[in-house]
Amino acid sequence: MPTLRDIRKRLKAIQNTKKITAAMKMVAAAKMRKVQDRMLNFRPYSSRMQTVLSDLARVAERELHPLLALRMRKTVEVLVITSDKGLCGAFNANILRTANKYLEGLKHEGIQITLSTVGRKARDFFRRRGYTMRNSWTGLSGKVSYTNAQEIAANLVENYTNETFDEVIVIYNEFKSLIAQKVTMMKLLPLGVIESEEAPKESAMTADYLYEPSRAVIFERLLPKYIEIQIYRALLESSASEEAARMAAMENATKNCSELINKVTLLANKVRQAGITKDLMDIVGGVEALKQ
Amino acid sequence: MENKIKLEIVTPYGLILSEEVDEVSTSGSEGDFGVLPGHVPFFTTLKIGMLSYKKGNTTNYVFVNWGYAEVGPDRVMILADSAEKSEDIDVERAKAAMKRAEERLKKAEEFDFARASASLERALARIQVAEKRTG
Repeated sequence: MPTLRDIRKRLKAIQNTKKITAAMKMVAAAKMRKVQDRMLNFRPYSSRMQTVLSDLARVAERELHPLLALRMRKTVEVLVITSDKGLCGAFNANILRTANKYLEGLKHEGIQITLSTVGRKARDFFRRRGYTMRNSWTGLSGKVSYTNAQEIAANLVENYTNETFDEVIVIYNEFKSLIAQKVTMMKLLPLGVIESEEAPKESAMTADYLYEPSRAVIFERLLPKYIEIQIYRALLESSASEEAARMAAMENATKNCSELINKVTLLANKVRQAGITKDLMDIVGGVEALKQ
Repeated sequence: MENKIKLEIVTPYGLILSEEVDEVSTSGSEGDFGVLPGHVPFFTTLKIGMLSYKKGNTTNYVFVNWGYAEVGPDRVMILADSAEKSEDIDVERAKAAMKRAEERLKKAEEFDFARASASLERALARIQVAEKRTG
């Protein structure tokens, strides 16, 4: 039987935890709002870019640019985007499970894998499983900038051009709503075979474009930029999802604390009452003994 | 006229404009061009400059800072690094930027010449677009 003092101590501890989780929720909410704004503003740009690019790629010859080259799928690069910090529910677990399964699948097919990660969680996860990572970026979550995306994109483009790998898959959390994130796999390279989610529209053009300046010059600039944009979008989506997931997790934790506080308060009252009853019995017993 | 062009201007900072218009003209890197409905598929890079579009009898102006234009028979898609509608331009800021850039150009050896002249060009284009708003 715990003493009253033990119970009070426990109660205090739970109350403190509740304060912390409530504060963390507020912080996550504020951060999320910031990233969410950036992400929502960026979405139309990246989706239009994707439409334009798939139109261009459809009519372009594959030999025109190294990023359009289709090669045998011998080595596949998988880029996994997670967060640096935990305490965000199943956010990282979901993505790592999907990524791990996908990697196992590739191995089963006899395809070589190169692995890159963004975020400490992915790095640690795969390191524990004995994977060697080609590259891992950390310290990005919460402060994603376009420069980060440029760095990652440049690395991918260079290695794709060098034929280090023949395909690039990006696995990240897409922001659906405040309470829903969706693990998404995006085929980043080779370009042009990415089918956007909706079927090609009837306005999709089959004739080639007139280019000004030449097509080579435009592709030279546009294709690497497109990669940057897609990476940036994935980073933003992941970042917003992370904060949303953390918000939900902290909300739950706060709720659980409240429940626990009620339970423990009840227990404390019971023990206190039991103590008083016992004391009273002692006094009454003493008085009775004195009377005799 | 029933044939319209769907003009969309998007930048990394959001969708600036999405409208059905009659006519679009803007400056590509190789020269100015105009678009009427039924244009052949056309893809070009844009330089710093002004885009104007006609809708009925009114003409509107937009400042466009680099980017790409994709033209189809019934649409014009502008993917710009940044863009501002003429009524959204902060003229004071543009003028200050112009002054700063001019000063930098004077002592060109100290500063990155290309950067300063690009910034001057941007400021001038902004001011030009902003002045059009009453016209």
